[in-house]
Amino acid sequence: MMIGNWLDIGPVTQIEPGTARTLPVVGGEEIAVFHTMRNEFFALRNKCPHKQGPLSQGIVHGDVVTCPLHNWNISLRSGKALGDDEGCVPTIPLKVDAGRIYLLRSAVIGAQDQAA
Amino acid sequence: MNAPMNFEEGTPAGHVRERLVVIGNGMAGCRAVEEILARDPGRFDVTIFGAEPRVNYNRIMLSPVLAGEKTFDEIVINTREWYDDNGITLVSGDKVDSIDREHKRVVAASGRIEPYDKLLIATGSDPFIIPVPGKDLDGVVTFRDLDDVDKMLAAAGKGGNAVVIGGGLLGLEAAHGLNLRGMNVSVIHLMPTLMERQLDEAAGWLLKTELERRGQTILTGANTKEIVGKDGKDGKVAGVRLEDGSEIPADIVVMAVGIRPATGLAREAGLEVERGIMVDDHMVTSDPSVLAVGECVQHRGLCYGLVAPLWDMCRALADHVTENPTGYEGSVTSTKLKVSGIDLFSAGDFSGGEGCEDIVMRDASRGVYKRVIVKENKVLGAVLYGDTADGSWYFDLMKKGEDVSDIREALIFGQAFASGGALADPNAAVAALSDDAEICGCNGVSKGKIVACIEGGAHSLDAVRSGCKASASCGSCTNLVESLLSLTLGGEVESGPKTLCKCTSFTHEDVRRLIVEKGLREMPQVMQELHWTTPDGCASCRPALNYYLLCAWPGEYVDDQKSRFVNERLHANIQKDGTYSVVPRMWGGLTNPRELRAIADVVEKYDAPMVKVTGGQRLDIFGIRKEDLPAVWADLNAAGMVSGHAYGKSLRTVKTCVGSEWCRFGTQDSTGLGVKIERMTWGSWMPHKFKIAVSGCPRNCAEATIKDFGVVCVDSGYELHIAGNGGIKVRATDLLCKVETEEEALEMCAAFIQFYREDAWYLERTAPWVERVGLQYVKDKLAEEGAVEHYAARFRYSQQFMQDDPWAKRAAGEDSKLHQHLAEVRPFPASQMENA
Repeated sequence: MMIGNWLDIGPVTQIEPGTARTLPVVGGEEIAVFHTMRNEFFALRNKCPHKQGPLSQGIVHGDVVTCPLHNWNISLRSGKALGDDEGCVPTIPLKVDAGRIYLLRSAVIGAQDQAA
Repeated sequence: MNAPMNFEEGTPAGHVRERLVVIGNGMAGCRAVEEILARDPGRFDVTIFGAEPRVNYNRIMLSPVLAGEKTFDEIVINTREWYDDNGITLVSGDKVDSIDREHKRVVAASGRIEPYDKLLIATGSDPFIIPVPGKDLDGVVTFRDLDDVDKMLAAAGKGGNAVVIGGGLLGLEAAHGLNLRGMNVSVIHLMPTLMERQLDEAAGWLLKTELERRGQTILTGANTKEIVGKDGKDGKVAGVRLEDGSEIPADIVVMAVGIRPATGLAREAGLEVERGIMVDDHMVTSDPSVLAVGECVQHRGLCYGLVAPLWDMCRALADHVTENPTGYEGSVTSTKLKVSGIDLFSAGDFSGGEGCEDIVMRDASRGVYKRVIVKENKVLGAVLYGDTADGSWYFDLMKKGEDVSDIREALIFGQAFASGGALADPNAAVAALSDDAEICGCNGVSKGKIVACIEGGAHSLDAVRSGCKASASCGSCTNLVESLLSLTLGGEVESGPKTLCKCTSFTHEDVRRLIVEKGLREMPQVMQELHWTTPDGCASCRPALNYYLLCAWPGEYVDDQKSRFVNERLHANIQKDGTYSVVPRMWGGLTNPRELRAIADVVEKYDAPMVKVTGGQRLDIFGIRKEDLPAVWADLNAAGMVSGHAYGKSLRTVKTCVGSEWCRFGTQDSTGLGVKIERMTWGSWMPHKFKIAVSGCPRNCAEATIKDFGVVCVDSGYELHIAGNGGIKVRATDLLCKVETEEEALEMCAAFIQFYREDAWYLERTAPWVERVGLQYVKDKLAEEGAVEHYAARFRYSQQFMQDDPWAKRAAGEDSKLHQHLAEVRPFPASQMENA
């Protein structure tokens, strides 16, 4: 059923609210998985569109992360840079089911630099 | 998805009724039957199976029964007479064991076989039992039916301790009931916010505070590891052990962590089931003769655990089986907590999102928090605490998808205000107030007085605050005063001093002062009391508040990792490629072979591409990955080195020259004094980075006159300099004073640092701070009777809690989640793929 399309990356409890953790992809781009203080989960490529800063290490507020390198604000929902900055980071479809986090498998593997 | 219904087939035409069998005598099953009867009472012969040996009752009212506010009789929905009057056969206390779809019949536990033409599954949901050791002990109960309530009441009759696992709606209602029944109640909740699915952090904090005030113990972020039994008494519960090892005594444990749709029967019968039984918009399952409603179903991907969707589902179902299909399109739900005296409302989507706008209003004196989420001029969700009078209004706006652009400005003030036509403009509303209307409750200032003050020349918020004291205390009337300013001056308001960030109308100074004056000890408390306009702050105010709280309440405030910039969270400096650099402390710039060997070993072991001597007289190891940091620190700790805090808004280094011990010009032991100062000051968090240097003579080789605190040794003693900066804008220090002994130099250093820590704004170095407040102000403050001793003592007190090497704790495994990856994905062909 869901096994084919969704990749189980473990329980929701492994990411503290207001923080993110990382998921390296061998041969691909590292993914940052966020848990916001409003208890939502998001997955994005772990690279700021500005200077490739690791977004996983930024401060999370609302559904926005502030990049640790130069304080760009990135929407966790759309991956878009907010305010006057322009740029977009790929997002990876995510769902939470029965306390576990799932990422869309094709997006984890495919939606890296070149779409599969 | 479904074949057209065909229930004429197999039924002799005309007078013979179809047989409708309902599995589940709960709220959904009975409501569906009621709806069908209301449309076509003669259509079906109805048989209802119920597992509980009693009539249908209102399950959501079990909480008031537990709390002693209602009796069972008062929550009965359908009495025995209802079943009789409508010719319904009620089979209670006999559970259906299987569904035989081929022969269209159900088989009950007693062996009873009941054929059907239409089957309705309304099995509801089962409480979720967390799979921990001890879950089956005597005294561990769920909160689902009247039997559970009876067990809780029996336990409460003996008094003692109750532990409720789960801080959601149901868990809190159970806790409230047991508390009222005289038990000593602890609530264990896995997530950091109570009712996190309905509440945001701000409202969750208010709720927690109120429950604690009522005597409940609320443990959030607590993971149950085991339920322990009594020694020697087999099977009786004794307590709950948490993951952190602590144990809470319990005479009864209520497990209320959630529910899952009861789908066993449907699954065994081969119906399509995912999380719930799959139904279409007419509540028809994958078998056209089988319907399902309530908590057991999954409709358009959603399962519901609340009562309101039931009514809509039952309506659609009844319309369908009586051949007048309307369809169910899903429900927008709202929640109220049934705990007397606590007003709490939550509806819709309050998670925010693209294009969503939060409108937040906080009234600290009344304990009110309101947040309405608006997107494209429509209400998307609402969270209300303390004043829920407008909950149904927001819910209505939300369900109807009404355009609120006309009342947008006044929306948060509620229906009475927003729908008042001209009053929808807050300025107009303020204009409509009478002159003697009280605007500032704290200082009792009327509208007339404020207007007079403005007309008298107070053209800014600050001027009004100092002129008539309005909005000068708690600040909750700031918006009203601002409206009066723009009304009176026609928009010519002078902008006030810069606020801490866009989440608040208060300045850094106000926030620091109010944290101390009002005794605010937690970040959500600050945001509530000071009327933050965002639910959880932003990347500017969160680190600032974290510092202010840490500074105000040393040893008491718990540092909030998630409000720290990455460098302070990972205790290393992030570099442009996402790796980190590590700088171990070298006291006063001194080192030795053991330390140098350890550093050399780390560089080789972790293949660090560069080591550099820093400007602060130490060594910086570059290119370390975040997951390797704890191991690097372990190696450095083993050689006696601790964190150099080269990454923090904190004491960085104490730079020294060799001084009188070696140098022919040296006047004092500058190296020795530098080491003493560093031993005293390391580990302290500051408004910004803080650098110190000690030079042994006026030649000043340690460059002490461009440091935040600089000591220049002279023959007759020590010159103490402050507020220098070698950064973007070079600034030479100002001379603070001259002292004769090392002890005096150390004491003054401690006092100056503490004064800076308590007075400056977050992210303000000493140089701009002194330029802003004036050197004389700093000198005067420190010259006050006893001030130096006083500040120095406070610094030393705070240091007791700070001089604890953060590297050692991480090396020992603390906060390992911050360093480790979740997993690693190795993209093999999809069929073989696993997460590592």
